[in-house]
Amino acid sequence: MSAAGKPLLTADNISKRYGRQVGCRDVSLTLHEGEVLAVVGESGSGKTTLLKLLSRQLAIDSGRLNYRMRDGAVRDLATMGDAEHRFLFRTDWGYVHQDAAQGLRMSVSAGANVGERLMALGARHYGTIRTTATDWLERVEIPAVRIDDTPVTYSGGMRQRLQIARNLVTSPRLVFMDEPTGGLDVTVQARLLDLIRGLVADLGLSAVIVTHDLAVARLLSHRIMVMKDGEVIETGLTDQVLDDPREPYTQLLASSILPV
Amino acid sequence: MSLPAYNFAYLDEQTKRMIRRAVLKAIAIPGYQVPFASREMPMPYGWGTGGVQVTAAVIGPDDVLKVIDQGADDTTNAVSIRKFFAKTAGVKTTTATREATIIQTRHRIPETPLHVGQVLVYQVPIPEPLRFLEPRETETRRMHALTEYGLMHVKLYEDIARHGHIATTYAYPVKVDGRYVMDPSPTPKFDNPKMDQCPALQLFGAGREKRIYAIPPYTSVVSLDFEDFPFERYRHPGTCALCGATDTFLDEIVTDDAGGRMFVCSDTDYCETRRAAHSPPPLAGEGQGGGSAAGAAQEASPSLPLPSKRGREEQDLKAAEHD
Repeated sequence: MSAAGKPLLTADNISKRYGRQVGCRDVSLTLHEGEVLAVVGESGSGKTTLLKLLSRQLAIDSGRLNYRMRDGAVRDLATMGDAEHRFLFRTDWGYVHQDAAQGLRMSVSAGANVGERLMALGARHYGTIRTTATDWLERVEIPAVRIDDTPVTYSGGMRQRLQIARNLVTSPRLVFMDEPTGGLDVTVQARLLDLIRGLVADLGLSAVIVTHDLAVARLLSHRIMVMKDGEVIETGLTDQVLDDPREPYTQLLASSILPV
Repeated sequence: MSLPAYNFAYLDEQTKRMIRRAVLKAIAIPGYQVPFASREMPMPYGWGTGGVQVTAAVIGPDDVLKVIDQGADDTTNAVSIRKFFAKTAGVKTTTATREATIIQTRHRIPETPLHVGQVLVYQVPIPEPLRFLEPRETETRRMHALTEYGLMHVKLYEDIARHGHIATTYAYPVKVDGRYVMDPSPTPKFDNPKMDQCPALQLFGAGREKRIYAIPPYTSVVSLDFEDFPFERYRHPGTCALCGATDTFLDEIVTDDAGGRMFVCSDTDYCETRRAAHSPPPLAGEGQGGGSAAGAAQEASPSLPLPSKRGREEQDLKAAEHD
């Protein structure tokens, strides 16, 4: 278990500019296996940019980004070839979009949505693919009878859960989530959070969750990073940062939660 | 009245060279879609502009051209293209599959097995097999480059989930030479096995989409499927009413408004050759009786090969004597 002590994902001073605009400046982080990191901050603070950089959907301008592969080899994501990166993306990683329509194929059935990654990896037995898809739908609390319906007929909460199932079917080690509960009403949100928390714990997933909702961060994450104007201004254990914020901006953020 | 002076086979030599370069590249990389600078042709898109350009680029004065449309030699499209090349290239044309050196086809592969030295030119409307699942061209090209073909099986999965079997009956995706997934143009999947290890060169031209692709002779062409839902050929379970064939791809022809119908070979040349060899033709009308059914069918479809076409029959008899 020598690999267990090493981080899964390491970012070292990564930066991204959009012309004169700063997307992200000198962000460093390490993520270990089974660890959930929340990135919080207001709109425009660079949270989503950071997530896209970490998952290499955007190229970094400077800094280093390393990922420990399943075989234990640490690889530089910036120099990794397209083919390998895409392979990584559909096997070892997951990406949950805020808008489920972006992460799903809306015109094909739920079963095909879940099975797509399996087929991409060479599964060629319809029966097996369907059984796996049924299992996963049940795990994310979608009734198995809805397997042949397209996500268009699903509610917002169901779409989000389907998106999660579609990502987790290949047992990834790292999942990126961009506002997974955005746009859902509070009861649906609560159920989804419960589900994500259960899955993350059961599967020992690592996750980077971008959210502007501090409650989501508190419920799901072990550690938290607060971003402002493209920079990380505070980082630490979730409870510690939220209960005892050090930076004025974090204090403002923590005190902005409306008491019910 | 002086005729307009066309270059041989309509296109100018520079254009033909450009198309030949694309064709050569396509042959070198079986199943890969090669972009080419498709020209405006004196016919509308969708009528075979891609096929016509490929034919124009590969045809020579000694070639014998056959053109089929859905298997028939005598439909408007087939007749027009045949006349087009008879006029602009002065080549000999034929309807007999065996005699032809170049066969331009829309949606069928002839029933008569092709032989070495023949070129089959397909007219292709949409060359990209992944198009309906992935609308972005940049993305589909990347998927081809990285051999990411999981999406193709998503389509087949959808078929089985909805219909209980693979319901794709035409444009059934194939893998060429173990590498590229290719759309065999809208041929019925009945014809897919004929592409595998075919002795003839197969060229595909898509005029509107500006792509050329190819299957060189004796190349493996495998239809995609699932282990528990293997690829199956499909034909109407019936007998040709004209020639009695039980193993050919059949067209269904409605003969009246009272449910009368008949099945006939879609490949007219094959059907006529068989009838010429086994005269008198067997009568097997399924509708109101052979005679009236055939009469009605003649009205319904001018492409139907009927005994009245004497000239054609004599030609085929001659062809049959060759063997």
